[in-house]
Amino acid sequence: MILDNKVPEGPLELKWTKYKSKVPLVSPANKRKLEIIVVGTGLAGASAASSLAEMGYRVKCFCFQDSPRRAHSIAAQGGINAAKNYQNDGDSVYRLFYDTIKGGDYRSREANVYRLAEVSASIIDQCVAQGVPFAREYGGTLDNRSFGGVQVSRTFYARGQTGQQLLLGAYSALSRQISKGNVKMYNRHEMVEIVKIDGKARGVIVRNLLTGEFNRHFGHAVVLATGGYGNVYYLSTNAMGSNVTAAWKAYKSGAAFSNPCFTQIHPTCIPVSGEYQSKLTLMSESLRNDGRIWVPKKKGDNRPPSQIPEEERDYYLERRYPAFGNLVPRDVASRAAKERCDEGYGVGKTGLAVYLDFEDAINRLGKDIVSARYGNLFAMYDKITGDDPYSTPMRIFPAVHYTMGGLWVDYDLMTTVPGLYAIGECNFSDHGANRLGASALMQGLADGYFVLPYTIGKYLSEDIRTNPISTNHDSFTKAENNAKERNKMLLLNHGKRSVESFHRDLGRIVWDYCGMSRNEPNLIAAIDRIKELRNEFWKDVKVLGDDKTYNPELDKAGRVADFFELGELMMRDALERNESCGGHFREEFQTGEGEALRDDKKFTFASTWEFKGVDEPPVLHKEDLGFETVKPTQRSYK
Amino acid sequence: MGDLQLTLKVWRQRSSSDKGKFETYDVSGLNSHMSFLEMMDVLNEQLVGKDIEPIAFDHDCREGICGMCSMVINGRAHGPLKGTTTCQLHMRHFKNEDTITIEPWRAKAFPVVKDLVVDRSSFDRIIQSGGYVSVNTGSAPDGNAIPIPKEVAEEAFDAAACIGCGACVATCKNASASLFVSAKVSQLALLPQGQPERKERVNKMVSKMDEEGFGHCTNTGACQAECPKEISIEYIRKMNLDYNLSNLKG
Repeated sequence: MILDNKVPEGPLELKWTKYKSKVPLVSPANKRKLEIIVVGTGLAGASAASSLAEMGYRVKCFCFQDSPRRAHSIAAQGGINAAKNYQNDGDSVYRLFYDTIKGGDYRSREANVYRLAEVSASIIDQCVAQGVPFAREYGGTLDNRSFGGVQVSRTFYARGQTGQQLLLGAYSALSRQISKGNVKMYNRHEMVEIVKIDGKARGVIVRNLLTGEFNRHFGHAVVLATGGYGNVYYLSTNAMGSNVTAAWKAYKSGAAFSNPCFTQIHPTCIPVSGEYQSKLTLMSESLRNDGRIWVPKKKGDNRPPSQIPEEERDYYLERRYPAFGNLVPRDVASRAAKERCDEGYGVGKTGLAVYLDFEDAINRLGKDIVSARYGNLFAMYDKITGDDPYSTPMRIFPAVHYTMGGLWVDYDLMTTVPGLYAIGECNFSDHGANRLGASALMQGLADGYFVLPYTIGKYLSEDIRTNPISTNHDSFTKAENNAKERNKMLLLNHGKRSVESFHRDLGRIVWDYCGMSRNEPNLIAAIDRIKELRNEFWKDVKVLGDDKTYNPELDKAGRVADFFELGELMMRDALERNESCGGHFREEFQTGEGEALRDDKKFTFASTWEFKGVDEPPVLHKEDLGFETVKPTQRSYK
Repeated sequence: MGDLQLTLKVWRQRSSSDKGKFETYDVSGLNSHMSFLEMMDVLNEQLVGKDIEPIAFDHDCREGICGMCSMVINGRAHGPLKGTTTCQLHMRHFKNEDTITIEPWRAKAFPVVKDLVVDRSSFDRIIQSGGYVSVNTGSAPDGNAIPIPKEVAEEAFDAAACIGCGACVATCKNASASLFVSAKVSQLALLPQGQPERKERVNKMVSKMDEEGFGHCTNTGACQAECPKEISIEYIRKMNLDYNLSNLKG
């Protein structure tokens, strides 16, 4: 496998402009003949499907939910970054690029990140034109807020529901193309296999979740926009249905997978309250604009927070990182919370929580302004915990939130399988070892609206002579049989343990050994433990019901089976990377002050894994990240 | 926290063609910190243990925003709390030994798929009929080119907060989708970007709603009371006005 990132020559700031002016085009008459499959309808998928259809391609789009509007982008709260410099605070494309590279701890690809910063401004314009009701100033112009890891205000938002509003914008664009007949939409369909013919991606096998039927679909190109794999941890802020299956099938079909161990643990989530817990809820990072994080100075101090006087509180982020204070990046904030709790300063029943306090903000701004900014988040917190954040501090703890790793893609967003693209969270390209807040929405929409629609033309312009391939082709039959066989095994297994119990056990291993901190002996042990559990799963899993009606147990069993294989790869990846960077903290590699210690000489590359068989070790390829513009330095937020 | 034991009467229906009936289950090992859906997870694990097929129900984000969860709990869409989706409802609002009845949304335009799962694709088709601004990618002016007063943006947001869950339909005695449709119509009618297609949009969306088999609005206000996002029926008035005006002037 050769990793050619296809980054264009020339100065960083001119690469994309030049690329766009030279990239081959496809004529309107030919576009009408070309079919593109888009899997997933979140920000990346919906924006790509609608844009490609507007351009004249024939698009088929799939989602596993009951409607494209349910994709998990909908739950993003805080906002979306763009280098508009509307606040006149010194922002620029370069600064957004630089912040993203630095925030990612120098483990992302410069050219892709620069392009992301470059197109960011157009995203805001596009969304406003669709009728997205962004927050505004009294004069009618767009409002901004600050997010972690930066010193400018470049985050656009719609109360605490930015993801919802952006997704409904993209969904409306997609709906328009569905009504025109340019997109054929398939709800409640899950992609279960990629079909390759002569080495190129030529289609997918999907399963109709309502009838259990398998269907074959041909495409000149296949685009995966299937999100992240945070649910490998069982507990995460992801939606219950979020899964790795589509990306994993791509990996097993020859698409390389990069940096799987780069996962983001978000610092401000509602803590776990018991065994039965099914998911974790994020409290937006925007809260750190006005909330102050603290723990008692005295170990095991179990007085109610209101009775702990100011001088007995440790505002540990402000203490350790005076320059950024409560707005340090997520990886730094999460580790600092873990450090305090590990040392015995945590609060709440479990001791696995810290306070996020709004008392100062309420005194400074008044309850009304605090409520206008965060009212819906406070209400959400109250509903879940039964506590009122206006009168008592929130208790928060880090939780799995986002996965920076994903399918390797080149500058065109194409995987190592020709004709197979990956966009949004399911690729690895832009966030390195840590993603900055409000950058996921930016990347999803950048890929879907403004990048893929250009780059896919490069591949398709050479494919205009390919007539649609019959889905009776052997490759389709083989792929469908694979998928059928797997389902049959699950249904006929008649074991003793529920799918849920296996998922919970897997999640605990991945969280304990590949969570906020990792070390060599644990990672080695975890590989064996996951293998054992995977074998037990295939021996003892119990899936009731049939494959002729809607059967969520069966759907879930297939997804959990893939999580086992992914979990193992994550451990291998974390083991291989003998350094600490971003969200990947190896205990053996830290500074005297407990900060992450990178090793740029040995590890300035994207770890890129090639599948060799379920029971064979994968092969590691390295994409050298070769920084040309930014000089990697130790990240400091002090 | 304390242990909680409940009796659940749950609607079971194998498929859309099946007749369906209530089944009664006793569930133990619950506690008041659980969410309603976590309680359903516990029940399902207990059913799997007894070789009974688990209850199918729709859910995804479990934080009140995706709009997928959809249960009628003791006769009320999303249960007893105001402004709350099923997934945000917690067991502390129920008492030990309560009997809880759980049913799917019931409306002609939302046929039952299985157990508590219904087909809401009629909502998608209403949006497809005109719930958008026709603007292609790449053709937008600068985001600040058209100033929008803060109050207008806020009001448009209030309407746009709809999560498309269908509780309004499930609650309405006529199974009308007026609240859902009017929220989208109003969001776009309030904003300058929505003006060029304003008349056409309301006409198409209202016609589509009728065609999909939703009933008419008779202003009982039940939808507003049960809407988890507390969308106001004021938007229905606005939509009706827009609809009538657009037809008067042709």
